[in-house]
Amino acid sequence: MTNSIILVWLLFLPFVGGWASWQAERYSRYLPRWIALSTMLTVLGISVWLWFTGDYSLAAPSAIPQWTLQYKAEWIPSFGISFHLGLDGLSILLIILTNLLGVMAIGCSWREIDRYVGFFHLNLMWNLAGVVGVFLAMDLFLFFFFWEMMLVPMYFLIALWGHSMPGGKSRVYAATKFFIFTQFSGLIMLLAILALVFLHHSSTGVWSFGYMDLLVTAKQLDPQIAWWLMIGFFLAFAVKMPLVPFHTWLPDAHGMAPTAGSVDLAGILLKTAAYGLLRFGLPFFPEASKDFAPIAMSFGVLGVIYGAVVAFSQTDIKRLIAYTSISHMGFVVIGIYAGTTQALQGVVIQMIAHGLSAGALFILCGEIYERLHTRDLRLMGGLWARFPYLPPIMLFFSAASLGLPGLGNFVGEFLILVGTFPVAPIITIISASGLILAAVYSLILVQKAFHGRPREDGHGAHLEDLSKRELAMMGLMMALLLGLGLYPQPVLDTAAAAMKTVELQYSPAPLAAAASASAP
Amino acid sequence: MNTAMTPLQLTALLPLILATLTSVVVMLTIAFKRHHRLVAGITVAGLNLALLSLIPVIVAANGQAIELTPLLIVDGYAIFYMGLVLITALGVLTLCHAYFEGYSGNREELYLLLSMATLGALVMVCSRHFAGFFIGLELLSVPLYAMVAYPVRDSRALEGGVKYLVLSGAASAFMLFGIALIYAETGALGFAEIAGKLAMGRQGILLAGAAMILVGIGFKLSAVPFHLWTSDVYEAAPAPVAAFLATVSKAAMFVVVYRLFVNVGLFRQPATVEALTWLAVASMLVGNLLALRQDNVKRILAYSSIAQFGYLLVALILAGGRATEAAGIFLLSYLVTALGVFGVMTLVSSPMKDRDVEHIEQFRGLFWKRPYLASIMTTLLLSLAGIPLTAGFIGKFYVIAIGVDARQWLLMGAVIVGSAIGLYYYLRVMIMMFQPIPVRERVSEPLNWVQNAGGAMLMLAMALMLVIGVYPEPFLDLIRASVLVVR
Repeated sequence: MTNSIILVWLLFLPFVGGWASWQAERYSRYLPRWIALSTMLTVLGISVWLWFTGDYSLAAPSAIPQWTLQYKAEWIPSFGISFHLGLDGLSILLIILTNLLGVMAIGCSWREIDRYVGFFHLNLMWNLAGVVGVFLAMDLFLFFFFWEMMLVPMYFLIALWGHSMPGGKSRVYAATKFFIFTQFSGLIMLLAILALVFLHHSSTGVWSFGYMDLLVTAKQLDPQIAWWLMIGFFLAFAVKMPLVPFHTWLPDAHGMAPTAGSVDLAGILLKTAAYGLLRFGLPFFPEASKDFAPIAMSFGVLGVIYGAVVAFSQTDIKRLIAYTSISHMGFVVIGIYAGTTQALQGVVIQMIAHGLSAGALFILCGEIYERLHTRDLRLMGGLWARFPYLPPIMLFFSAASLGLPGLGNFVGEFLILVGTFPVAPIITIISASGLILAAVYSLILVQKAFHGRPREDGHGAHLEDLSKRELAMMGLMMALLLGLGLYPQPVLDTAAAAMKTVELQYSPAPLAAAASASAP
Repeated sequence: MNTAMTPLQLTALLPLILATLTSVVVMLTIAFKRHHRLVAGITVAGLNLALLSLIPVIVAANGQAIELTPLLIVDGYAIFYMGLVLITALGVLTLCHAYFEGYSGNREELYLLLSMATLGALVMVCSRHFAGFFIGLELLSVPLYAMVAYPVRDSRALEGGVKYLVLSGAASAFMLFGIALIYAETGALGFAEIAGKLAMGRQGILLAGAAMILVGIGFKLSAVPFHLWTSDVYEAAPAPVAAFLATVSKAAMFVVVYRLFVNVGLFRQPATVEALTWLAVASMLVGNLLALRQDNVKRILAYSSIAQFGYLLVALILAGGRATEAAGIFLLSYLVTALGVFGVMTLVSSPMKDRDVEHIEQFRGLFWKRPYLASIMTTLLLSLAGIPLTAGFIGKFYVIAIGVDARQWLLMGAVIVGSAIGLYYYLRVMIMMFQPIPVRERVSEPLNWVQNAGGAMLMLAMALMLVIGVYPEPFLDLIRASVLVVR
């Protein structure tokens, strides 16, 4: 195994850049922004370069995970904890998404954030670095470390730069709620991790938090213990995902967060939970997960329907999109627990597409808020006449969100449904109704905000439209969504090996049976 | 028994002798000349000498335990915690110097009291006998009554001092009675001797004795339900004295109780373990819950320290083996963090005025006024909350690790629920420091604050806290090297 120092750069550059932009605040208001932007562009460049140059297809996909790049150093040897990073097809895709949305988040707060600019970028970039750490960590202590570490900056982003709703709950309330929910569930996961480590120690006599070591131990567990440990992991991921009924922090957090915070939260943070399930939840406890799959999928369906129905009745535009995220993440859960190749591939596409579309929608909400100073749909209406560009772009992303063929979300949802049908037909049928509900809430959003008679709200008949910077950002995201919808093959190829591994770990028996059945 | 001291034993006694000498010299100096800086300087020098004298002790001991009379023992465990107590006491001293500059009365006696209390803590850390334990405890407590009530013209401080005196006296009486009961049954006072004779005594009386000792211990560690004094006394005491109460006083008590537990094998007695489990669970939950509705930061910290010792009690319940390591790393990170937090409280209140800066509203926008101080406070609060990258996380990680290993699910549930509740008030104090304030109030502090002893101490505490959080291995090695001798 060779140590690839590049992974460490991927992780530490945002830390350093964040620190530098905090310090740069003393000299200029613009310097922090430029430092942050150039750092994130560099990191994005590195990750895209890694994608193009790396080989993510495995020679022979097996149930044993293989990494394209690794980095390993001793950290706390007495507990067998090492600083172990690993990169495979799944992580590289999510890291590129993270860094891309990071650039977008910096771009969209260029004008919005005018207080404490340096400190804002410090928090934003440390949060991004934490997320990248989650996607790279191959040591469970390190994973937990990053998992918790990304919370603090997010807390600050919401609590300091958020918008309190007039007469409603404060942003500090929302931030604290977010923090306590995720920290509490995280500690339960820590219990499960530690239990696993002790079981590993009692069976082998070696202390280790390493992914590969624990993978071996986890597979040999007594079914009942495996069940409880699986629940420990699942709870942490379910809260972060979020699954109904653990979702109540999300609408509050989105409602109060600044635009960059929402982009970050919806686009990236929610994906860490899905990643956790794919990387740890299923591979560690395949049998327990299989027993649990009907329950988890029911939670997923509940999320799909509930998120869509509640989204429909929202008047706050950001809360509406927050609930649609719950609905979309429901599909992800269903796909993960179905565990077939198509479903898992669909999950990857869905995660990326949802990250792009939800991120863009939140950015657009931020733009509308900057101009109208309200996010209340009842106070909008007739906006189509007042801007040339923003409404059609919003329509595009709403269409993406409702799953219009030709855009990335459609590919994701379609693959998930196709892949799930052989495993759980009833679940698939019910959750497919989510697509119809998605059309309802997306169109309601467009109809309420843009159609009808223009309102007299004192901001003039014509509103300032998107600037070139914003148009460029939107254009890029539209192009990516289109690309993902029309030609998803490169992404599918990259994720294929990693997903195949998950599939083989999750359901080795039926596959073998299917292969032998189809052979003659 | 040969009463003459060998040179080896004298060497081992050096830290105690030097600490005693410090008290005497300080007392004599005050008799000749009152001078704040001089007296503070002598105390700092004396305690530093005591700290340095640990080096010859380590060399002389060479990994062996040195027995000093039946009362005291200097083993790796004692040396480690003597060092910890002395360093913490030195930290408190620097805070005292910054703080009491503004006090109009006689400032010098405080250092006398502080050095005596530190001596008491050192004795406790080394004792292996109930007599040594009790002498140390009183030597620690009696100066503390006076320290809490040091601003004698302030009725609040007086009230706090009297409250602490009365309640602490009652707790000591309980403990003494408990010791007497145990002595009556076993005829021994040394921890190791008692262990051998436990089976002979009448269980009922032994149990009553153990329960009474537990009351005394619970009081000193402010475990729920013996916590009622804590918030009032912390609030009333001058900030650096509250720091001493929260750090040195509690740590010394825990260290000797841990030795008592391991030597007597109390962790194998179901009755004590059960009682302690409920004390721990109650401390974690009640301590955290009571902090939620407080607006006074000192009171919040008082309740937080109750909860923190609830977590630490887990190590006591599971005493032996890895728990010693867990207790060590938890105490180390707690001491560094608590000293830092109270240090920030002291520095924002220095020089001393009528009332300390302690209401949560007074912290509004501190980050924009004094960014470094507020950053330090933020990281320290995160450490108390147990967030990764900080020492507090490593401590809590260890506590959870030994709890999971022993399958103590009730305790682990309490740790997790307690931590989640605790987040609320740590975040509340933290975010208050970042709240926006009018621009004209944004006066940056003078840049030379780091050069003051107090500021430098804080920077050190924070740096140490972060190092423990990021790379704990050397500290773990150190703790592992400081073996606790059983028997």
